[in-house]
Amino acid sequence: MNARLIAIVASAAVLAASPSFADAKKDAKSQVEFGISVAQRGLWREAIYRWEKATQIDPSYAAAYNDLAIGYEHEGQLDKARKAYEKALELDPNNSQVRQNYELFKEINDRTAQKDK
Amino acid sequence: MIGPHRKTSSALPRFVLACITATLAALVTACGTDYFEIPIETPIQPKLDVSPFQRVLVIGFVAGGTDDVDANQETVRLLRSQLRTKSSLKVIDADILPLIEVARDQSQQGTSDDSNGPRGEGSAPPRAAGNGNGAGVGERIQGVSLPSNIKDEKDLEPYERLFANTAYWKRIGEEFQNPLIVTGTVLFTNRSTSGFVQRDQETFDSLGRRRVMPMRTYMERKGFILRPKFVFIDGRTGATMYSESYREEILYNAQQNTPALSSYFELMDRLVPNFLSALSSQKIRGTRVLLK
Repeated sequence: MNARLIAIVASAAVLAASPSFADAKKDAKSQVEFGISVAQRGLWREAIYRWEKATQIDPSYAAAYNDLAIGYEHEGQLDKARKAYEKALELDPNNSQVRQNYELFKEINDRTAQKDK
Repeated sequence: MIGPHRKTSSALPRFVLACITATLAALVTACGTDYFEIPIETPIQPKLDVSPFQRVLVIGFVAGGTDDVDANQETVRLLRSQLRTKSSLKVIDADILPLIEVARDQSQQGTSDDSNGPRGEGSAPPRAAGNGNGAGVGERIQGVSLPSNIKDEKDLEPYERLFANTAYWKRIGEEFQNPLIVTGTVLFTNRSTSGFVQRDQETFDSLGRRRVMPMRTYMERKGFILRPKFVFIDGRTGATMYSESYREEILYNAQQNTPALSSYFELMDRLVPNFLSALSSQKIRGTRVLLK
């Protein structure tokens, strides 16, 4: 039992310490952070480019999809924004901040799609 | 033998626990909960292509419900003022049409058309009613009894046929050099209800700390319901281009005395962005949370 636990912990440590895995995560994170800093200065296209890159580097990075969705939303690309939010929620279904962003987005998206109610 | 064995078995879990704790700590550090609130402006494309029009005419509404507010006058005034500031179209200032009377005139005219055949042109100005020049007779509100007092949606329903009278709307369009015509129905009614509602109640404990607790309380409430339908008509053809209906409701504590007109404006405030988004691109402001 103990030996099995040690093996699990050890393999997790090895995986996390694997250079390519760690580098990819780090690289994706730095893209996301750079995207945030440029978005805060109003450079949304650059931010979108960075967040797209982050999702390509690490396709399991929920925060990158969340930020990308916000970028698309700001640019009026509502279809792309919806897909990115849905991907973020698929990757991190319990993230209340992503969910809140998505709910706010849906409110706008539903409004634009609203025809005769 | 028992002693050392015990020592080994207790040491191992401690080592494992330490490893797990260290891994979790590293994970928490790595996946820090950093977030940044950021204001965004979402551009919304208009639902209608208004490029063929330079001008817009908000002509009037078939209105009903409470007598406390003249929903026809107020809706026309509000939409015109909103369009002046938030749309590229030039707003035509024209007399507001009493569309209920127009519909009734058309109804009577339709009945007389049935018995007497088409009337001569110019017997009535287009603003007053659809004149009996023979065009669009089949679309007129013929033989339909129109309730004199509109109190609910059922009373409003027969009036809807007015918007299908393309000949009438085409004539209005010609009179104003083919603008985009905005019309429709507005129902503004009283509402009263009672039941349990959840409210936040503020309490202070023995140490003076404030707490807000949700409480369910029975309440008598009253308020208003606003049900507008906006109809966009092509002034060149008289045909309906697009229509949209909404429903908004507001309720107050029964003891609170809120004027009907201020409730009307509060409810219209919620709908105006939707109305404008049919005609012009809008930017909806909001806040989102960026995550690291």
